[in-house]
Amino acid sequence: MIPIQLIQSTAETLMDKAAIEIPQDYLNGLKQAAKTEDGDLSSFVLKAMLENYEAAKEDRRAMCGDTGVPRWFIKMGNEAQVEGGMVALEAALRRATANATNGVPLRPNRVHPLWRTDHDNNVGIGAPEIEYGFEPEGAWIDLITVHKGGLFGSDYRMLFPSDGIQGIKRFYLDSLMAFGKRGLACQPAIIGIGLGGSKDTCMTLGKRASTLRVVGSRNSDPKIAEMEDEFKELGNSIGMGAMGFVGKNMVIDCNIEVGYCHTGGMPMSVHAFCLSSRRAVARIHADGRVEHRTDPDWFTPYQRRETVEWEPQREAAE
Amino acid sequence: MSPREVRLSTTPTPEAIADLRLGDVVYLDGLMYTAREGVYMRALEDKANIPMELPSQSAANFHCSPAARINADGSFDMGAVTATASFRFAKWLPEWMEKTGAKLIVGKGGMTSKDYKEYFVPNGAVYLSTVGYGTGALLGRGVENVEAVHWNEELGLAQAMWVLRCNKMGPFIVASDMNGDCLFERENAKIAENVARVYEGTKPAVLKRYGESDDRTDEVI
Repeated sequence: MIPIQLIQSTAETLMDKAAIEIPQDYLNGLKQAAKTEDGDLSSFVLKAMLENYEAAKEDRRAMCGDTGVPRWFIKMGNEAQVEGGMVALEAALRRATANATNGVPLRPNRVHPLWRTDHDNNVGIGAPEIEYGFEPEGAWIDLITVHKGGLFGSDYRMLFPSDGIQGIKRFYLDSLMAFGKRGLACQPAIIGIGLGGSKDTCMTLGKRASTLRVVGSRNSDPKIAEMEDEFKELGNSIGMGAMGFVGKNMVIDCNIEVGYCHTGGMPMSVHAFCLSSRRAVARIHADGRVEHRTDPDWFTPYQRRETVEWEPQREAAE
Repeated sequence: MSPREVRLSTTPTPEAIADLRLGDVVYLDGLMYTAREGVYMRALEDKANIPMELPSQSAANFHCSPAARINADGSFDMGAVTATASFRFAKWLPEWMEKTGAKLIVGKGGMTSKDYKEYFVPNGAVYLSTVGYGTGALLGRGVENVEAVHWNEELGLAQAMWVLRCNKMGPFIVASDMNGDCLFERENAKIAENVARVYEGTKPAVLKRYGESDDRTDEVI
């Protein structure tokens, strides 16, 4: 049984880490980009961002003034049990979100869409989002928080099989061009592409591809992995860099996730996880051990399963 | 080549503004206030009295809401500070400039050269862009003190009018000048030369959308 108080205190720590500490995989990617960048202005921007990450950690202040919209992805092993059940879990996550908004502090970004009511704590109707995933074995719970920013950089379009790979490339480029200018997408970014699923699932896949996969990871389907490499290069060959200035670095990495869709369609979504790619993860074990990490490790073989029954992949016995 | 660095007052002289060049890096000293849609609507549409002496106290309007808190004892804790995209405020800015004498509009992404020529230049004003985006922690370090938070009860923390005392606050990039030229449009034009090559082989989607432009030199703002 995982104590509810431990979940809340761990969640509060994660809120703080996500807002302040740039994940190492993104930092490595950006340092690499800074080395190759030769545009005067875009080089200056990348240098300033690298200084900013240091300042954030030194001062323990949020790296960006727009601290995004905090949300939660919860992954549980099949045997995990939470003290008080799932309602208690959700209450703990909402409390942690509110407490950390005041504590870090974060910007209270969440308002009612019509009345603009702001509770000054990032909690409201449907906020923070809490999404769930499960794994076949284990008594642990993974708490993953993502504070994705940005009003710009994401788009959805219903493509069709006749649009083909060239159509996918075009919509990808359109999204980068439209939101890369003036740096509205706060690039260089981790670009996530969702392909397939229903419309809502397509958006979910793309968002998860950008936020729940680390820089350098590749899809388990080798042909999709090749597309990821190709799309990263394509995005970086536009000639646009940080803030939309002339440059070579628009895409720190490109991650693609797929889901089965209607036979007539090929829905596609594009998402940009920005220069402040805020994510933090902790696994809480049944015995109370807490392990912090920055890789959500969301897209396991089980999450990408294709068939009716799940057959665990086991090592050969001999 | 590194950009030129400039220290600038938030109540700048016309000469100091005229001296700024596109792409200069600016650090600000003096009082700066935040104002975005909430403040504009309250001041311009609801005709509320602006609770500062403008522009004598400050001629710098920041399109920002900070990651900050107001403590129980009324003091403020300022964390990170970055800007929000400015193009959405074009509707209010001409009247705002006229009313407040703002000379520095500080935000994200700039405005169009049309905006600059129509009301920035006639008002002697330029646009400074935040960097990144966003260097929230660096800008937060440049806030020496929060002097006041106005209209917090009416507008909430994120839309309130924060009055910040800046001490070498930056970096910002000069994105417009007294010719009404636009740094971002200059960069767009350079990038446009390469766009056709990148799109080579792709075709427009079979299902079109209303209002769709196929001209990649266009912007969507």
